Amino acid sequence: MKLTNEDVQEILQLLDATRFDELHLETSRFKLTLKRNSGSGRWTQEMQHLAEPNLIHGESAPPAKPASVSAANSADSSQSESLAIRAHLPGTFYRAPRPGAPPFVEVGSRVENGTVVGIIETMKLMNAVHAEASGEIAEICCENARFAEKGTVLMRLKPTLL
Amino acid sequence: MIFRRILVANRGEIAVRIIRTCERLGIETILAASEADLHSMAARMADSVICIGPASSAVSYLSVDPVVAAALAAKVDAIHPGYGFLSENPRLAAACESAGIVFIGPTVRQLEAVGDKLNARAHAIAAGLPVFPGGEVRTFDEAYQLAAQIGMPVLIKSVGGGGGRGMKLVHDSSKLASALELAMSEAQATFGDPRVYLERFAAGSRHIEVQVLGDGENVIHLGTRDCSVQRRYQKLVEEAPAPSISDRLREILHRSAVAFAKHLRYRGLGTVEFLVDGDREAFYFLEMNARIQVEHPVTEAICGLDLVEEQICIAQQARLRWKQNDIAFNGHALECRINAEDWAHDFRPSPGTISRAAFPVGPGTRVDTHIQPDAAVPAFYDSLLAKLIIHGENRAAALHELRRALVSCEIGGITTNLPMYTALLANDEYSGSPVDTAFLQRFLEHRATHAA
Repeated sequence: MKLTNEDVQEILQLLDATRFDELHLETSRFKLTLKRNSGSGRWTQEMQHLAEPNLIHGESAPPAKPASVSAANSADSSQSESLAIRAHLPGTFYRAPRPGAPPFVEVGSRVENGTVVGIIETMKLMNAVHAEASGEIAEICCENARFAEKGTVLMRLKPTLL
Repeated sequence: MIFRRILVANRGEIAVRIIRTCERLGIETILAASEADLHSMAARMADSVICIGPASSAVSYLSVDPVVAAALAAKVDAIHPGYGFLSENPRLAAACESAGIVFIGPTVRQLEAVGDKLNARAHAIAAGLPVFPGGEVRTFDEAYQLAAQIGMPVLIKSVGGGGGRGMKLVHDSSKLASALELAMSEAQATFGDPRVYLERFAAGSRHIEVQVLGDGENVIHLGTRDCSVQRRYQKLVEEAPAPSISDRLREILHRSAVAFAKHLRYRGLGTVEFLVDGDREAFYFLEMNARIQVEHPVTEAICGLDLVEEQICIAQQARLRWKQNDIAFNGHALECRINAEDWAHDFRPSPGTISRAAFPVGPGTRVDTHIQPDAAVPAFYDSLLAKLIIHGENRAAALHELRRALVSCEIGGITTNLPMYTALLANDEYSGSPVDTAFLQRFLEHRATHAA
């Protein structure tokens, strides 16, 4: 049996008439907390559905092998004289402004502080990735259209020595 | 035909919302989920879950083949596509038809008629609705000529777009060529269709839409919604009915929306959108959305119907259950879209894992959400976390209640735009009179300059 929003409203009506200010209800399927604010007398709810998803046709779904580059496995470069350009948000990394367009930069490209070198798409928003110093792109560490965790090294930049 | 089993081909709060109605109606639900959503709230609530592909929506939620394959494997009677993703995609509707599965939505022809925005414009003109001066432009010359005719500023819109995506506002005709070039290449990249059209831009207008319900022959309306509080053409606060318009104008909007839907012999739930100049009592057709919309709960609040149930009924019985006289409107409803966005940092997206999610509960308060402790908010999808809907006797009462309800919302683990609503509802301009579509930008800029 499942708990509906109407059920919660009914529980609340019962509870409202009592002197109790809190209700915790936990079954194998859900966890519900209702709390009365002592000042306003208003109720808030915290609901958690606990039932394990009933996954069918599991064979069509390969075990989730995330096609992503994490912060750790790209951070082992020994190029200490280079600067890392990192993903400031988790998201999908794109090297070009749109599909089919030439990439913003290649290895060897000269960039200034603030030059756009890529895009991170997070929650359907395109966020520019900027070089944070002038210099030359030494290495591109993340493939186009790959998911990158926050902090992932996307590129390495060899700064211009002043 | 009575549906025993429905495939829910969507995610997030709308998947949860659809499952709830199906549960109430005794219909079994199968959720089509991507790898990133296999442990979502909707996946825990659905009777079963089928994985339709990797996290990236291009190869899961936006892909017709795996969705239809899931529907066939699960032997469902129908597919509910929710909003966004494939909801208005004629290819999914056609694939359902060939597979003998009911698509809960309009016909393939209707999806094509309103999905192509120039086509929709032509239908609006044929149905006698006013449209903004404008039309298709294929070259810079055509664009200059048309802009000279209709006057600056103009909006460049994508024929395959809609919902505010890919629109460009041009104030200065010297910028028209570069804006047009960019718009065409973006339209090609985003919608696979480079065609664009120009329309005159009217500053100071309000976005008002009419909910309609049709069965292919009869069409009724379920009143107006005002969705003028927008940022970058994305709606943030919606209310029903649209406040402060004359009864005469409201009646004309209702009649125009019904006329448009009747002209298409529209079947299912849809929304006809208008830009309205309330002072001059003028209005213009924008587009029609052939699906359930994010903001549908404010309409449900004032008319007392469950719009997902109405969609299912029309798809099952091919007949409207109601006549216009059966629909009565009661009170005023407001909705805030709670998004994973940091409004203090230019609305930076904030994906992550939810640690806590507490919401107000009580009469007149509704929260549609998909977040709960430990739930993932993936970076792959849009940032909508929850919708807070308040229904009151009138607008002032609903606003008052909304201010108090916002205080009770506590979301932990990620950053949300909740503080923006608290600030917005303290603003006299918003609370007092109806605002136009540029209001929110003015409000945000004003705050930015005064905070600096």
